[in-house]
Amino acid sequence: MGVLTDSPIGARVPMIDSAGKVTGKGIYTDDMTLPGTLVGKILHSPHAHARIVSIDTSAAEQLPGVKAVVTGRETPVKYGILPIGHDETIFATDKVRYVGDNVAGVAAESLEIAEQALRLIKVEYEILPAWFDPEKSMLAETNLIHEDKPHNIEKDYHHHFGDVEKGFEAADYIRDDRFVCPEVTHAAMEPHSTLAQYDSEADAITVWSSTQVPYYLKLNLSSTLQMPEEKVRVIKPLVGGGFGGKSEVIPLELAAAVLARKARQPVKITYSREEVFYAHRGRPGQIVELKTGITREGRLTAVEARIIQDGGAYCSYGVVTILYSGQLLNAMYDIPNVKFDGYRVLTNKPACGAMRGHGTVNTRFAFEQQLNRIASVLGIDPVEIRKRNLLKAPCMTVNNLRVLSYGFPECIDKVEERSAWHDKHGKLPYGKGIGIAGSHYVSGAANAIIRSGAAHTTVNLTIDREGTVTIFTGASEIGQGSDTLQVQVVAAELGIGLDRVKIIAADTARTPIDLGSYSSRVTFMAGNAAIAAARDAKTKILNAAAVKMATTPDNLLIEGSRVMCRDDRRLAMSFEDAVRLAIPDGADALDATGSYRPPQEATGGKFKGAGVGPSPAYSYCAQTAEVTVDVETGQVTIDRLIAAHDCGKAINPICVEGQVIGSVWMGLGQAVQEEMMWRNGRLMNPGLLEYRSASTLESPEIESIIVESNDPEGPFGAKEAGEGSLAATIPAVTHAIYDAVGVWIDTLPITPEKVLKAIEEKKKSEAGIQKMRQA
Amino acid sequence: MTTTSASRREITFVVNGQPETVRVYPMERLLDVLRQNLKLTGTKEGCGEGECGACSVFIDGVLALSCLIPVAQAEGATITTIEGVVADPRFRALPEAFLEGGAAQCGICTPGMIMAAVHLLEKNPQPAMNEIREGLAGNLCRCTGYLQIMEAVAESARRSASA
Repeated sequence: MGVLTDSPIGARVPMIDSAGKVTGKGIYTDDMTLPGTLVGKILHSPHAHARIVSIDTSAAEQLPGVKAVVTGRETPVKYGILPIGHDETIFATDKVRYVGDNVAGVAAESLEIAEQALRLIKVEYEILPAWFDPEKSMLAETNLIHEDKPHNIEKDYHHHFGDVEKGFEAADYIRDDRFVCPEVTHAAMEPHSTLAQYDSEADAITVWSSTQVPYYLKLNLSSTLQMPEEKVRVIKPLVGGGFGGKSEVIPLELAAAVLARKARQPVKITYSREEVFYAHRGRPGQIVELKTGITREGRLTAVEARIIQDGGAYCSYGVVTILYSGQLLNAMYDIPNVKFDGYRVLTNKPACGAMRGHGTVNTRFAFEQQLNRIASVLGIDPVEIRKRNLLKAPCMTVNNLRVLSYGFPECIDKVEERSAWHDKHGKLPYGKGIGIAGSHYVSGAANAIIRSGAAHTTVNLTIDREGTVTIFTGASEIGQGSDTLQVQVVAAELGIGLDRVKIIAADTARTPIDLGSYSSRVTFMAGNAAIAAARDAKTKILNAAAVKMATTPDNLLIEGSRVMCRDDRRLAMSFEDAVRLAIPDGADALDATGSYRPPQEATGGKFKGAGVGPSPAYSYCAQTAEVTVDVETGQVTIDRLIAAHDCGKAINPICVEGQVIGSVWMGLGQAVQEEMMWRNGRLMNPGLLEYRSASTLESPEIESIIVESNDPEGPFGAKEAGEGSLAATIPAVTHAIYDAVGVWIDTLPITPEKVLKAIEEKKKSEAGIQKMRQA
Repeated sequence: MTTTSASRREITFVVNGQPETVRVYPMERLLDVLRQNLKLTGTKEGCGEGECGACSVFIDGVLALSCLIPVAQAEGATITTIEGVVADPRFRALPEAFLEGGAAQCGICTPGMIMAAVHLLEKNPQPAMNEIREGLAGNLCRCTGYLQIMEAVAESARRSASA
């Protein structure tokens, strides 16, 4: 690897967990089988909204080979990822609220028997009127989806920072637009899978699951199974992609556990691809009504947003999603006055949850698109209008978001130069265009879902007598580089090679608490905790070595696996010799620990909803898109995408580039082709081809440029890299389409049909103006 | 999938050079037999509908989707899975290039991608980028945007040429 002597920070280190992925030897949940493992299957509701009158499971229970049948009668405890959103049960108790809702579970000796048993369960439903359109649902008086949520509104927030009335008065130009973004979903390549094993003697359960959040899964297993936390163990094997779709408890995880306990045999449930689509928890459909005021010189004076999210039938992360959609109007540009009215609305469709760029993506599309429209009206270059509204970091935004490092100006400069912006914008032939947009994201939420004084993450180290370091971490590798990053920072801090550091991760019986892989928190938070643990170890090692070497600890350093005196490097001993000196009498290893908790100053304001949005650091991205529009068919071809991403410091450029390119690609999918197509609560495209997940043939050149702003609190200066560049792709593409053919697409996805219609309407209206002039 | 209409019978084939006999229902998916009966879990299931390519294997040298193939159809066949490919010194450069180039993020599509790459490189040892793009078009990935994957295949071809 060639990095053993140099610092591993910034080195292109192949991901340590990928060794098994490229040979097929790596183990994912569905690859596991225990002796006597049963197949679990779930009976899903065929109705979008119905009362369950009766369930008769007797025929299913009598089928030979069936070992357990469970219905909502046995699973009454409500759960949910948010403490204020406990509105789900493992199986429906009174009502079903979407097509696909969970009615009963079966564990059987084979898939065929399990499927046959599902067909033998007789459910009598009383069908209720259902709500599918959020703007109609939020006016509902009767047939509410949850009785305790009037008008089917899960939650609404009304924020006002500064004074938007005065802001609009000070504006020379005000623009109002409405943007519509349909639902999209993660579609991780690994269908969700859970294997559960119940130990009846100990009354304890072990669950292996494709989860981004082992700790939250443990808490929810404990509450729904009514078992003490110490009797529940969650282990995360390799996870085949998350993107947020595994960042909360997914029904099959609890269903497998409750079935295993009842059957007293291991149970594995793996979703079919269709079930994955219905389990969903993706990005909600969102309507953004946006009003922006600006001076003639291009200075933003006020922004007002009314946002409606189509949340589906349960809360999920919804309260957080709607808050992010408003709070992160800020911390990108300097906007003195901001008003936000947000409505998270319930409908009879699968619950939406967190998806890459959680809450920000559709709002960012709306804002950047409107800013580009304004720039075009005012005749200001779109690059220039952004430069006139930059934050002056370090700063605190009007809604109390603390921004310390801000690489956005450099990101803009990079894409401006790399794309040859000024040679192209407004200068390309008809049908070809270039566009620009920006985006940002949190490096972890400064406030945990469950508010407490506890650390957000803890990392423990054990160093044996041979000087081998083992990291114990709860942080969840999901393919983004979590394990490799922690190995790198520990090796760097201890001055040893990567080959001396091993990692044991995400096993709640063996590893300390980490809140999970979501909101791009791992690099910043687990990275900082790993550094703290390594520093704790280093202090102990240097203290012991100093005694032996008759010097002071601060005169010592570790480099190249040797402990040396700063003033005379010939005075040295090996790392393992120093470790042996530091190991306490009677022990066989040196233990160290470190934790991370965001500083108080980064945790936000005091208003209602202030807890969501604050982060210890924000990443920034600027992107350009170049397109060719076929004016005969409306087909848009993406010629080139360039993304400059401020990740603070690229601890592992392989991972940063992979995350940035992957984010841009996923944003492009939402921009041009992905959409959950619903009809009366049924998904019309629950397959990877029908959903139109892009293949190599539809995937363009994406160039990533790393910008390093060196965040003062980040681990070695690092911030997030896995989500922040997704949002800019969509408005960059729509902007390029405007540059190419002069039309703005405000409703996603940008289908050829929409582009063609917009071009035709533009031609008609231009012809009309021509006629009026002639008349 | 229905397997209850027929009874189990013995089916024999060669997998990764080893003769194997399994007692299965004839209509069971080859994918399940490989993964469950033979414990060859390197072959993955991404969709079960022949759309994603994660379950790709070679059957008598032909790249095939094992989620769509009834095991009876593989009777007497010579099958190669990812486990067989990575054990073959001719293809050593591929997993290495995938690993070093960051071409495997979550890794579920990776075995299928490597199978598709082997298929391509056997026909065309020095493919141009557009040929790599065509050659991998049947395999879906949600992590990478495909760039590192295509570059890994190109890098592997370069290394094989200079080896």
